[in-house]
Amino acid sequence: MKKLFLSALAVAMLGSLSGCASLGVEPWQRDVLARDEMSLGHDPVTAGLDDHIYFSKEASSGGRGFGGGGCGCN
Amino acid sequence: MLRILALLCLLNFPSAYAAAQIRPAAMFDLNEYRGEVVYLDFWASWCVPCHVSFPWMNDVQQAHASDGLRVVTISVDAQRSDAEDFLARQGSALAVFHDPEGTLASQFDLAGMPSSYVIGRDGRIVYSHSGFRSADIPELENAIEKALTR
Repeated sequence: MKKLFLSALAVAMLGSLSGCASLGVEPWQRDVLARDEMSLGHDPVTAGLDDHIYFSKEASSGGRGFGGGGCGCN
Repeated sequence: MLRILALLCLLNFPSAYAAAQIRPAAMFDLNEYRGEVVYLDFWASWCVPCHVSFPWMNDVQQAHASDGLRVVTISVDAQRSDAEDFLARQGSALAVFHDPEGTLASQFDLAGMPSSYVIGRDGRIVYSHSGFRSADIPELENAIEKALTR
């Protein structure tokens, strides 16, 4: 009985691993995710001002949403 | 007279012209281009570097058309209308296939967007590239010219 239980547990645990089979989004699937309205943020005006500060003070941009380029070059 | 009118209509409605160029991904067959060097490019309207690569692809197609180069592009836009608008803005006359499900993109296992492949006259991939920057142009042109001389 214990053996059966352990085998069932092992099968259940192995089965749950398949949930990690397709993590992430493929480069060609970024269409909708790359749109501005999909970025997380409740206040776009404040986010825009923050972006301006980061760009002018640190010369950095992006990182807030999902880049559309796919190659990491924008 | 009718032909002239039809031509004028096409010139006045670039989106209609572009739409006529887009074929479904199911119609894509590399064997169709056997004997030619194919520059295959996966693009999307939301992909920023693709806006830079298109004018270059137009130029390369024109420069090497007589040498046997065929630039074939595949749009992975979810909406066909997005691809049509992009093509209308670019004013491109390149061959375009529409692959919204990513069937061809999965087959080629793209590493990024855009992704491009130089395919020799024998149908084999001789060069692949991911992304597009102006600095990549000499390398891409070199790969194309090499494939054309084979």
